[in-house]
Amino acid sequence: MGVQLAADSNLAELGNVNLSDSELVYHVRSALKAALEGDTDGYHQLVGVMHHNERLLPEEVALLVTCLKSLSGAVSCINAIHHGSLLAAIFGMSLWNYSSDVMDALVELLTSLAGSNGQFVDLCLDMLVSNFTPPFTFMEALKKPFGLRRKDQVLDHVHSTLKNIADLVPLSPLRLEKIIKDRMPNIYTKEPLIVMYVENMLRLESSAIGELVGSTMLVAIIDRLIDLDVEIHWDDILRDDFGKGIFEMELEDLEGPAGDPLQDVDERQIWLEQLFGENLVAPKLDSLMVLTFEHLKSSHESGRLHQAFETLLQSFQKTVLTAYKSKFAQFVIFYACSLDPDYCGTRFADTLINIFENSNYPEWRMSAVAYLASYLSRAKFVSASLVADMLERLVNWCYTYSKNLNEDLNPKAHKVYYAGCQAVMYVLCFRMRAIVAVPRLRSKLFLMQIADILRHKLNPLKVCLPSIVEEFLRLARSARLFSLPDNLAANGMLESDFSVAFGGPERLDMFFPFDPCLLKKSDRFIRPNFVYWSMVRSTYENDDDDEDEGSSDEDVAEFSGRVNRMEIYDDDTYGGIDDEASDHDLDKFDYSLDKMSITPKNLSTRLYGSDLRGAYLQMPSRIRPSTSPESL
Amino acid sequence: MEGLKVADTDLVVYVHPSKAKRIKDAILRELGSMLFKFNETFDGVVLAYEPREPSNLAKILPGIHPYLGVKLKAKLLLFHPKPNMLIEGEVVKLSQQSIHVVVLGFSSAVITEEDIREEFKYKIKHGKEVFVSSFHKRHRIEVGTIVRFLVKSFDEEILHISGTLVPAHTGCVRWLERNSEERSNFDSGVKKRMATEETRDIPYDENVMVDESVPLYAANNRTKKSKRRKNGDE
Repeated sequence: MGVQLAADSNLAELGNVNLSDSELVYHVRSALKAALEGDTDGYHQLVGVMHHNERLLPEEVALLVTCLKSLSGAVSCINAIHHGSLLAAIFGMSLWNYSSDVMDALVELLTSLAGSNGQFVDLCLDMLVSNFTPPFTFMEALKKPFGLRRKDQVLDHVHSTLKNIADLVPLSPLRLEKIIKDRMPNIYTKEPLIVMYVENMLRLESSAIGELVGSTMLVAIIDRLIDLDVEIHWDDILRDDFGKGIFEMELEDLEGPAGDPLQDVDERQIWLEQLFGENLVAPKLDSLMVLTFEHLKSSHESGRLHQAFETLLQSFQKTVLTAYKSKFAQFVIFYACSLDPDYCGTRFADTLINIFENSNYPEWRMSAVAYLASYLSRAKFVSASLVADMLERLVNWCYTYSKNLNEDLNPKAHKVYYAGCQAVMYVLCFRMRAIVAVPRLRSKLFLMQIADILRHKLNPLKVCLPSIVEEFLRLARSARLFSLPDNLAANGMLESDFSVAFGGPERLDMFFPFDPCLLKKSDRFIRPNFVYWSMVRSTYENDDDDEDEGSSDEDVAEFSGRVNRMEIYDDDTYGGIDDEASDHDLDKFDYSLDKMSITPKNLSTRLYGSDLRGAYLQMPSRIRPSTSPESL
Repeated sequence: MEGLKVADTDLVVYVHPSKAKRIKDAILRELGSMLFKFNETFDGVVLAYEPREPSNLAKILPGIHPYLGVKLKAKLLLFHPKPNMLIEGEVVKLSQQSIHVVVLGFSSAVITEEDIREEFKYKIKHGKEVFVSSFHKRHRIEVGTIVRFLVKSFDEEILHISGTLVPAHTGCVRWLERNSEERSNFDSGVKKRMATEETRDIPYDENVMVDESVPLYAANNRTKKSKRRKNGDE
């Protein structure tokens, strides 16, 4: 009540006396000076007004504004030690609680404070940063239009003030960087708060101060993404056994192009709920990723992507690459590459292969080559010629490595080598057809010493992941590109123990960073630029069938035709069912049956309404004249 | 402008063993990390550095990480404002209560109402806030003006200067210089004095050298200083 009385008496005083602005300033100054000498009446009145923040009447608002304005004229008299309670009251105010004229006056006072004395700079910045997110009581209001309006007002004020302070105190961005990093919410913070904070960081990155603090912001955001990422365990995603084929577990099939759309959505939902139902981290990560994607997009539109990309690339090398099997955070750089494939896309691939060739740490090299393989395979925007160039470098490295070695298979000692070989095969599984379609690249592929590597005594075919080797051999056989020993392929299942050995306990042999992204909201950014296995396999599945009749030249022609078709098919991904698409689906289904693998995908298909779907799919397969071996 | 000096320093830079392949880069990085921070050893803020050939021998520190202590000589440009030095900077904000100045583009300075001499009156002309001298109508300070002021104190933490415009030889640099030129035309003895001032301006401190390779501030320093002193003498 003391505060109330103090405010009232001040009000009465102001009501009776007609003071000009400058007289008011002198009045406040003398009150501040008097406080130093022990006469604290006026000073306490001031502090009282500052503490007054709930349900203000218009005249109280006017009083507060007046006091704030006159204080900004008297900042030179404010002493950090003797006026501690006043400063605490000012820095304890939250912009979210006031109307726009109080905000104006308050930020003006903050600017003056920061400009007047070096001691106040940190405090002012800290207070502004704390206003990035609303107080707890305001959270509910954010869902209403009034709350959103207030949010815009507050954030506009905060960011313009940060800029004004930076104009007055040129070194303040340095301080700001540190404060923002320190105050950044941890991964346990509620989703709306952390999202809003990151929103502010990104806004700062795109503002005028962004040139100074932008890179720190991006790095801090990526770090937080990784923090969230590692909270989601691989076990949560796939409780897989290692014998399962990589190519069969693509969850994109759940949202496949054909079939009953409702059912598909249901299945995907079930999957996602299964994956993220109990996990609060995944939605947070998802929202932050979407924010980052949108920011990158706008940076691209305003021509600032290259600068941001350099930062992303550096932070990728430092945190994402070195994190243990990051699952989602790497899609940020994937999306950045998709925005500018010519520059960013190429630079990313270059960086990865340089790390693979030159780094000192075997684990990083294996990670890098896993990223490279996955990136080249999955990124739709990467040109075939870049893939061929990178393949050439990979193959050359592997060849040089193995040339002078006369050892037998030894997964542990040569793990980097095996990782390289596996990468070559993986990329070829996805991209061989696209490369072969271009005559120049085709001859380049022929000149690569792939067969020499694979037939080396180190025997990568036996060591690398069986599913990849099998798929690769299938493909190589159909394309007749390499002369490979037949017996291996005929053996059927290859030994998988060796791949465990070279992958080590970390299972780097099983690391495919750009496998389909399982985040709900981020998916729409990634999907258009993404190559799914179904899109690739459907292009050569039929080739197998034609194998007996077609010469290799026809193969090529056929393939290029199919590549085109694949593109169209892709565009129609969300379209209705056409014959073409259902054919692909049929093949897929037959194929997975043929493999007899027990994968989660099949399980779910069987569990959720698969009867209908199966019947629908199997029927035409019988009617359709087919030359595929299994139907014979 | 005062407050700038070039120092020849002998430094030992400790390089992490992982950087042993690229000693030069490591040294530059280490020196770079000193920029724009107040350094007590140098008693100033490092603005620029020019490392000389590092010695080929490095001392290895025993320990878990055997850091390499590389000796080198470096030339450093230092900013060391001290009370009563004359500093120049650009006005970035002006109000009745204060003038905010940025010195050398990085250090902020403030001159409060009490430190602006009576001569300057606050006015709003054509919507712009200005301080105009009541003795010389053309002597005015507004946003964008380069002002010369006296240092009262310096906050080493955030490199914040508190300044004053009370002495008569402070104010708008352009006006001060033009005014002094006009006066010098009438004063025959000035040239002689200037010549002696020039010689006296050459640094006497052994540790401090003004070098031709860093001419920007050093050269300015000399001419401006002499003019200012001449003003002061009058």
